Amino acid sequence: MGSIELQQVRKSFGSVNIIKGVDLQIKDGEFVVFVGPSGCGKSTLLRLIAGLEDVTGGKIVIDGKDATERGPAQRGLAMVFQSYALYPHMSVRNNIAFPLKMAKASKEVIDAKVARAAGTLNLTDYLDRRPGQLSGGQRQRVAIGRAIVREPSAFLFDEPLSNLDAALRVQMRLEIGELHKTLKTTMIYVTHDQVEAMTMADKIVVLDLGAIAQVGAPLDLYNRPDNLFVAKFIGSPTMNIVKGPSADKRGADCVGIRPEHTDISTTAGEWPGTVRIAEHLGSETFVYVDVDGIGPFTVRVDGEAPLHASDRVFLTPRESRLHRFNAAGARIAA
Amino acid sequence: MAIRKSLGRRIGVNLLAWAIGFVIFFPILWTIMTSFKSELDAFAFPPKFFSVHWTLENYKEVLSRSNYPLFAYNSIVESVGANIVGLLIAIPAAWSMAFAPTIVPERKETRMLYAAMLAAILIAAAILYLIGDARGDWRIYGPIVAIACIPVVFWIATRRTPDVLMWMLSTKMMPGVGVLVPIFLWFRDLHLLDTRFGVGFMLMLMNLPIIIWMLYTYFKEIPAGILEAARMDGASLLNEIVYVLTPMATPGIASTMLLAVILSWNEAFWTLNLTTHDAAPLTAFIASYSAPEGLFWAKLSAASTLAIAPILVLGWLSQKQLVRGLTFGAVK
Repeated sequence: MGSIELQQVRKSFGSVNIIKGVDLQIKDGEFVVFVGPSGCGKSTLLRLIAGLEDVTGGKIVIDGKDATERGPAQRGLAMVFQSYALYPHMSVRNNIAFPLKMAKASKEVIDAKVARAAGTLNLTDYLDRRPGQLSGGQRQRVAIGRAIVREPSAFLFDEPLSNLDAALRVQMRLEIGELHKTLKTTMIYVTHDQVEAMTMADKIVVLDLGAIAQVGAPLDLYNRPDNLFVAKFIGSPTMNIVKGPSADKRGADCVGIRPEHTDISTTAGEWPGTVRIAEHLGSETFVYVDVDGIGPFTVRVDGEAPLHASDRVFLTPRESRLHRFNAAGARIAA
Repeated sequence: MAIRKSLGRRIGVNLLAWAIGFVIFFPILWTIMTSFKSELDAFAFPPKFFSVHWTLENYKEVLSRSNYPLFAYNSIVESVGANIVGLLIAIPAAWSMAFAPTIVPERKETRMLYAAMLAAILIAAAILYLIGDARGDWRIYGPIVAIACIPVVFWIATRRTPDVLMWMLSTKMMPGVGVLVPIFLWFRDLHLLDTRFGVGFMLMLMNLPIIIWMLYTYFKEIPAGILEAARMDGASLLNEIVYVLTPMATPGIASTMLLAVILSWNEAFWTLNLTTHDAAPLTAFIASYSAPEGLFWAKLSAASTLAIAPILVLGWLSQKQLVRGLTFGAVK
């Protein structure tokens, strides 16, 4: 079991409000990703759930029981830290065994569970090494091993992949995804990388300035962003925002068009402009256009496109994929 | 990039270093040499180097005249014991300052704490007044002292961590002799004079600020995330300190302990004033040979050599650890 419920959770440091009243329901077995720019409070929110910080107000309910006043050890959660936070003076075996020793498990139980975790995570050959003798990816696996032996009701990941290089990050992302499929345990995962969020999550929680901007499945956020912040945060490259007559014509303060939902032509279209830079990646082409009277605009074209700097082009948004927002930045329903 | 130096410069720097080292070590060397001379040679002027009759007489004399093993035993028990107790107090203190520093004093709980502290002091003042003896002195002064403590206690309790650290170090700024009389009277009334417990207690109090300060700087080097991981793994506060913090800080703790033991071993003010025989450590052993008429330089030197030999050997054997501890964390 691992359902977690946040009720009006608030956190202030002195007079600075970091978390401003968050309500959230996480169902058992869900993979939830907290995402947002740095300083949005996502790590703080995770630490509040972990019990490493005390809430200033509100309630945290774990498995139907109020856990607000319980210490980190009593909440039945396990955490994987960005810095791995392995015990440098202990072998890998003792690192993984530490939570079991703290729970006063018998030696046979400890040995069996450590062996099983090490098998799952390909660490069997490294059990007698110290963390200092391992690579970044191996250390991350040890940190995960230490978390899984406790059989927690939920896993908390605090930007676990940000210290790894790009190739390893993709591999570990897949491994964590597979781990979730095998264990079927609730996981809460904090990241600032929206690609990680989109690829791993059942449910994404987008945070902005200590409040939830939107909660939803990855493609819901992509297809129906509730507000300008989510529209701009989810998706890469970023959504183009257009103001002025083009927006007025569509009955909105501003409209958003994703780079991949814009057609580009050298002959005719709604917005004329000049190509500033074209990035040719082979599988796709990113074209950065200065649109007359609107400004910079990004277009993504599938495959190769014969466009170069200073070419004159015409852009046309696909009306069905266009997002309309009012002056307050909220979505205008179609 | 290595810094290139010419050979001549390197030789020069080396010679200078050896010369400085020799100057620093010379008094100890001279003491050891004098201890093997006859009394006559010891105070010959100009000093003799070669035409000396080397002898072990002084050592025989010193060892037969006084009970060296008792002094040595007292020194070991008092300096090591005091600092083990000191460490037991200092590790939690340094932990709290390094990992749970006071940053935001204004909270509901802290206000309640202040109220509780104020109430406790006022109650203490009232009790002192009620049980004050008939002669009346304590009936008045007890409560006055208690109430005078209020600003001091509050000042400390409401300070942020760096201020508390500074305050602790500031206690080392007052000369010990300033509090000799009250402490002597206190020791007399509590029957602590000339007891190992009393001397050890005094040495512990003397070193505590230094121990806490040093441990604090070592603990600061340990990433707080590792302690948080231990907390998530189900470790209690005690387990966190015993299984995670202490092993990680072992080099720092060892060098702190070593330095504190050396300081206690050489401490002469309190040990001389608070002991006579039973609890007297090696400092008193040396002092017993420096009589006012003291012309027995050779015997005094022999006693000094005997007193410093153990700590000198200890320091020699552990110098690598000591230097590592003192520069702990300077380079990752």
